[in-house]
Order: sequence, then structure tokens, then C-alpha cells
Amino acid sequence: MSQGEAAALDHEYTTTGQPSRKMLMWAFIGSECMFFGTLITTYLVYHGHNVQGPYPKDLLSVPFISVTTFVLLMSSLMMVLALSAVQRGQKKWTRVYLFLTPFLGMIFLGGQVIEFTHFAHSGLSLSRNLFGSTFFVLTGFHGAHVTVGVIWLLTLWVQSLRGKLGPEHSLTVEIAGLYWHFVDVVWVVLFTVIYLMQGVHT
Amino acid sequence: MATSEAALRAPMSGAHSHEGTYGGGIWSWITTVDHKRIGILYGLTALTFFVIGGIEALIIRLQLHGPNAGIVSPEVYNQLFTMHGTTMIFLAVMPLGAAFFNFLVPLQIGARDVAFPRLNAFSYWLFLFGGLFLYSSWFFQAPDGGWFGYANLTSLQYSPGLGIDFWFLGLQLLGLSSLVAALNFAITILNLRAPGMKLMRMPLFTWMTLVTSFLMVLAFPAITVGLTLLMMDRFFGADFYRVAAGGDVVLWQHLFWIFGHPEVYILILPAMGIVSEVIPTFSQKPLFGYPVVVYSGVLIGFIGFGVWAHHMFAVGLGPIANSVFSATTMIIAIPTGVKIFNWLATMWGGKIKVKVPFLFAFGFIIMFIIGGLSGVMHASPPADLQQTDSYFVVAHFHYVLFGGSVFGLFAGIYYWYPKITGKLMSETLGKWHFWLMLIGFNITFFPMHFLGLQGMPRRTYTYEPGLGFHDMNLAATVGSFLLAFSFLFFFWNFFRSLKTGDEAGDNPWNAATLEWSIPSPPPHYNFDTVPTVRSRDPLWAEDGYEKPPADHEPEMPAGSAWPICLAAGLLLLAIAAISSHLWLVGVSVLWIFIAAYGWSFQPVYR
Ligand code: HEM
Ligand SMILES: [Cu+2]
Repeated sequence: MSQGEAAALDHEYTTTGQPSRKMLMWAFIGSECMFFGTLITTYLVYHGHNVQGPYPKDLLSVPFISVTTFVLLMSSLMMVLALSAVQRGQKKWTRVYLFLTPFLGMIFLGGQVIEFTHFAHSGLSLSRNLFGSTFFVLTGFHGAHVTVGVIWLLTLWVQSLRGKLGPEHSLTVEIAGLYWHFVDVVWVVLFTVIYLMQGVHT
Repeated sequence: MATSEAALRAPMSGAHSHEGTYGGGIWSWITTVDHKRIGILYGLTALTFFVIGGIEALIIRLQLHGPNAGIVSPEVYNQLFTMHGTTMIFLAVMPLGAAFFNFLVPLQIGARDVAFPRLNAFSYWLFLFGGLFLYSSWFFQAPDGGWFGYANLTSLQYSPGLGIDFWFLGLQLLGLSSLVAALNFAITILNLRAPGMKLMRMPLFTWMTLVTSFLMVLAFPAITVGLTLLMMDRFFGADFYRVAAGGDVVLWQHLFWIFGHPEVYILILPAMGIVSEVIPTFSQKPLFGYPVVVYSGVLIGFIGFGVWAHHMFAVGLGPIANSVFSATTMIIAIPTGVKIFNWLATMWGGKIKVKVPFLFAFGFIIMFIIGGLSGVMHASPPADLQQTDSYFVVAHFHYVLFGGSVFGLFAGIYYWYPKITGKLMSETLGKWHFWLMLIGFNITFFPMHFLGLQGMPRRTYTYEPGLGFHDMNLAATVGSFLLAFSFLFFFWNFFRSLKTGDEAGDNPWNAATLEWSIPSPPPHYNFDTVPTVRSRDPLWAEDGYEKPPADHEPEMPAGSAWPICLAAGLLLLAIAAISSHLWLVGVSVLWIFIAAYGWSFQPVYR
């Protein structure tokens, strides 16, 4: 629909008073919680079940991943600022923050690429052992979610450059933000489960 | 998606009015975003798959009619029962439920469409493509791992070839379709109700749709993960279900049944919702204990997530786990039983009109009681250890699924056919259908209780003479053909009534809910003006609802080809995966990308 229409529809009467597409995102996040919850459980269940190396402690680097984690968390901050800029109609800041958010997301993804490559060179693969299988699938799915978010946010950024993202579209940005924050929160859990809790088993 | 399709209820102020009828032709169906048309597409597709799954069942029954029969080979037999089960659950009963969600929910809550009409079209096309993809396996190699595809039977080592790949890729497409549909219906029901349509005034069918939608939203991820891990194992040599590498095959069972048990409620709750509409209408009496029926449905939804391991009693989870799951399983029978008493109490003292929908609803109650009783029996682990993997379990789930869900869904077809088509179906043919189906069904499945208790295992392609299995198997086979025969009356009735049926009028059954307040078939926009609801039974209560007169026709969303495009992109991705062509993966990702963008930037109203 044209952006103006989108804005008009957002203010229409709904039973709960909430816009439907915002509720859709919340319900979708509920489903995603189950999805990542199941993957994380699988990771935990298989933790320490390796019959051959490399083991988590041989490869995982907490300092490195702490940096990229910090970057991702900062991107959430940028997202908050982007939304507030859109709501206030600050065109320049909208463009700045809407660029910084996916940009930091891309740095995070770059970190993941470096990490994956390093692991691959050290002999870890999907088929090498259970650590490889669970690690790559879990972090890979998270990375895919970040990628989708990056594309989405870049699209919004382009819209803002074209001058098509005024305050009447703040809901669109808010929903993208919901998704983005969710993906970040998932990473915080993964960071804890994979990197901080690795010590217990071999 | 960056655009909203919500809030279809307000555009009364729309400047230019749209024609109240649809455009004609195939293209208008392909691009339709109208919930009623999508509902009809769902219904017809599901009935087609129902017939196909039924034919597979008949071949199975032919093979089992006597000892050492050679109608099909053991390999084909395995493929038949796998495809039969997968078809009936994912391609027949679930989408038949979805057909009713689509057609009825907006009508029952006083909305003009669902919250996201294009997403709705997408769900349908993805369902169709998923079904076709799964069925194309018959040309290569059909899956043979059973509908629950236990690991490590599904590993490359034990199931080389394409069969299992077709199965899990097909299920992924179907799962995505169900998830999207469920999200859509949950939001529609929560957000698009007419003024005054409070939650506790919603028709029971809408209520059960809401519960079912939440079950789908929360249960499907478990099987999505399970299937993804299987895909990683088969395509990329991962170790998830590889015992030698430290993997655990029981993980699959957990993931499958955490989905699987909520799934059986996904299959039955819509039917329970239908029955809760039909019984009051034909008793001409409001549903007895409406809140209790609602709450027991919600409770079933909750407890449904805590009983999955009753499918795994024989695995050896240990006495504590077995006892806990046994207890929760017995508890879930309570809200189920509560509903039955409410239906009976609704009939009590009512002016019962024994029409065909009522017969099917009544058949549902009786058959479902039998299935529930056998369910409670194997809720006890010691009893289950005797019954599991035997024909007793086959009898159980056919009583709940066929005797329950299918009877309930057919009650729905007979009940709402006049609303959907504007014509009445023949009562006589309907009664023939009902009685033959009831008798055929019981001849087929009741003996299976005994066969199971005598030790006949399920999923074996034949049995030896002299085990005492022959007579009852023969009876079951005869019964199954009677059962199949009964559907001829249905289809005859179905098509004939389109032409020769009497005009139905708005409310042929004198029913109470909002969908009966509008013409049959309903106009494109359902309600020319949005009603205000004041009662749980708006058409029965004095002043139960109010609808201001219309001065012009409301504007409706325009059709869109993007949903089918996006669904086709996903189908292409599955094809790319199964044929392992990397370039095709690239093409389909690009395709999906383009379709998603095209969709996002296309206006809803044009
Ligand atoms: C009173 C409620 C119910 C109880 C207590 C119950 C209990 C059980 C138990 C314990 C099993 C496992 C048996 C075994 O494999 O050894 C089972 C199997 C099954 N039940 Fe139920 N059930 C109930 C209702 C339903 C309903 C409503 C449906 C579907 C509409 C259903 C569908 C199934 C199916 C499909 C299986 C077999 C799965 C398979 O092994 O392929 N059940 N039930
Ligand atoms: Cu179960």
C-alpha cells in the first residue's frame, strides 16, 4: 500500500486498540521463543556428548565474542534512537540511526563469519562432532535472523533517504525494532549458554 | 512485511465504492484475498486429499483382508501407511478445519475479512504446494517412515533415497503454512471483533479457533526444529540423531511429540467448536454452561502441552516421568469429559430437530466417548505397554480422529453448506450418508480393539494364518468399503444440491450466531455496515444486535498475485533442496526476495 494509506490504517479502530501488525509481530515472537528455546535445549542436552574433538574449550573465545556482543547490543541502542527520531520527525537523525543499526548488525555478522572460518580451519564442521552440529545450527539460525533484520532495516533506511519515512510511519519502524530487539535478546541468551557456561564439561 | 492489511472494518468512509461481487474467471481465484473464497479453496483441496488418503487406506485394508495377502509389497505397504497418515492429518483434517476458520470466523465476529488477507492467501497456496510436493514423491520414492518418522529409521543409513527428504521438506512447507494461518487467525479474533462482541460472547467455534491457533503458534516450532535437525543430518552429515557420534534418537521423539500431542488437539478442537454450534441450534436452546465449555477448551490447550510423553511410555523414560505423564494424561480427560456433559445438558429439554448436521454432531459425541475411553486406558503405563504399537492404538486414534474430528467436520459441512452456497442439501441423502458412515466406521474400527489386545502389531504388512486375526481383519476390510461407499452419497448430495437444492435463505436452521444474519452466500464484504452485538446469541435474544442501514458498499482489498508467487518461491526452494542444485537454491532465494518486496510495496486497496 502507499505509505499514507499504511499510516491511515494504523489508526483504525481495532478491538484491543492495538494495531494488528504490531500484535502479529508479538505473536510471531512468541512462536520464535519456542523455536529458539527448542534449539537451545538441544544444544544444552548435547553439551559434553562429543565423542571426539575439537571441544568447546578448544575454540570458543569469550573476549572476541564479547566485543561483537557489545556491538550488537549497541545496535539495539541505535534502534531505540532511530525510533525516537522517526517519531519526532527528525529526518537527519532518522537516517543516521537507521543506518547505524544495521551497520552494527553487519559488524556482528562479520564477527560471526570470522569466527566460523576460524572454527572451520580448526577442523570443526557440522559433521565433525555434536559440538559442531549444535553450535553451527544454533548460531547459524541466529545469524540468519540477524541477516533478515539487517535487510529489513536497510530497506527502511533507503525509504528514509527517499523521504518516505515520516512520523506517520513510526509504527513500521517500531515493529522492525521489536524484531531487532528480540534477535538481540536471543543473542544474550546464546552468549550466556554457549560462551559463558562452557566450562562444566569437556 | 512493511505494510498492514489490518482493520478491514472501518473503510465505510471509503470514497469510491467497489462492486459487491467478485470478478470472474480463474485469475480472480488465483489472486483472491477474500476469506470466503480462500475458505472454499481450502475445503475443496482438503476434501480431495481426503479422498486420496482414503484410497490409500482402502489399499491397506485390501492387503490386510486375509493372511499373507500379496496385493502390495511390504515396501509399498510402508509407503501407503506413511502417506495415508501424513495426508489425513496434514492435508485433510487440519486444512478442513482451516476451511471453516476461513469461511466462518470473520462472519461470526462481524468482520469483513481476516486481519491479513494476503497472508491468508499465502497460507492456502503454501498448503497446496506443500501437498503437491509431498505427493510428487509417488513418482520418485514415497516416504515410508510412518507419520511420526522416528529417528534413526529416517537416517540416511536406514532410509537412503528421496522418500524421507520429500517427507520432511513437505512437512516444513505445510508447517510454515499452518503457522502463518494460525498467527493470522489469532490476531483476527483478538482484534477484528465487531463492537460489543466481547470474548465471552464469541461463538464457541471462534473460541476453539482461537485456542487452536495458539496451539499451532506454540507447537509447530518444536517439529520445525526436529525436522531441521533431521535435514542437517541427511543433507550435511550432522550428528543430531547419530548414536555413534553421541546423538540421541529419543530427542526426536520428544521434539515430535511436544508438537504431536498439541497437534491432536489442533485436530479435535475445531470439531468440538462445530459441535458446540450445531447442538444448540438443533436443540433450539443456548449452549449449556457456555463459560465452562470455553474454559475447558482453554484448559485442554494448556494441559495439551504437558502430556506428550504418553506416546513414549515404552521408551523407558523411567517410573517418575511415566507417572507424571500418566497423571497429566488422565487429568486432560476431565475437561474433555466436561464438554460432553455440557452438550448432553444442552440437548436436555430442548426441542430437538433431528437434521443431518445434528446426526453427525451426535455421532461425534458417541464415537468420541469411545475414543476417549480407550485413550484413558492407555494413559496408564502398564496398560499401555500391552497396547502400544498394536491395533488397539489404531482403534483409539481412529475413534478420536475419524469418529471425532471427521464426524464433527462433516457436521460442519452439512450445517454451513447452505450459508456457503445458498442451497440446502438433501436430508434423505444426508441421512443415508450418516448411517452408512456410522455403521461402516464401527465395523472397520471396533474389531481393531480386539485385534490389538490379541497382539496384532500395527504397521506390519501382513499376518500369518492361525493367529486368530483373520475374521476380524476381514470384517474391518468389508467395513472400510462400506465406509467409503457412504461418501458417494455425500459427494452426490454435495454436487447435486448446488444445482437442485432449495434456496436456503439467510437463516434456514434458525440459528443464533451472526453469520446467519447476512444473505447466503454472503456478499463480498460480508456486512454492509458493522453490527453492534449485545448478546451471546445475537439472533435469538431480543435486541441481540443492531445494524444500521447501509448507504453504500464498503471497499474491499484488491486481489494480489504476490502471495502465490511467494509460496511458489518456497516450493522452488524445496525442489532445489531435494534435487541438490545449488544454483536453483540461489534462484529460489532471489525469487522469494522479489516476491517479498513486491508484496510489501503493493497497496492493499487499489
Ligand atoms: C481423552 C483424551 C485422550 C487421551 C487420554 C489420549 C491418550 C493417548 C495415549 C496414551 C496415546 C499413546 C498410545 C500409544 O502409542 O501407546 C494416544 C495415541 C494417540 N492419540 Fe490419543 N488420547 C486422547 C485423545 C485424543 C484425541 C482427541 C486425538 C485426536 C483427535 C488423539 C489422537 C491420537 C493419535 C493420533 C495417537 C497415536 C499416535 C501414533 O502413535 O501414531 N487422541 N492417545
Ligand atoms: Cu497424545
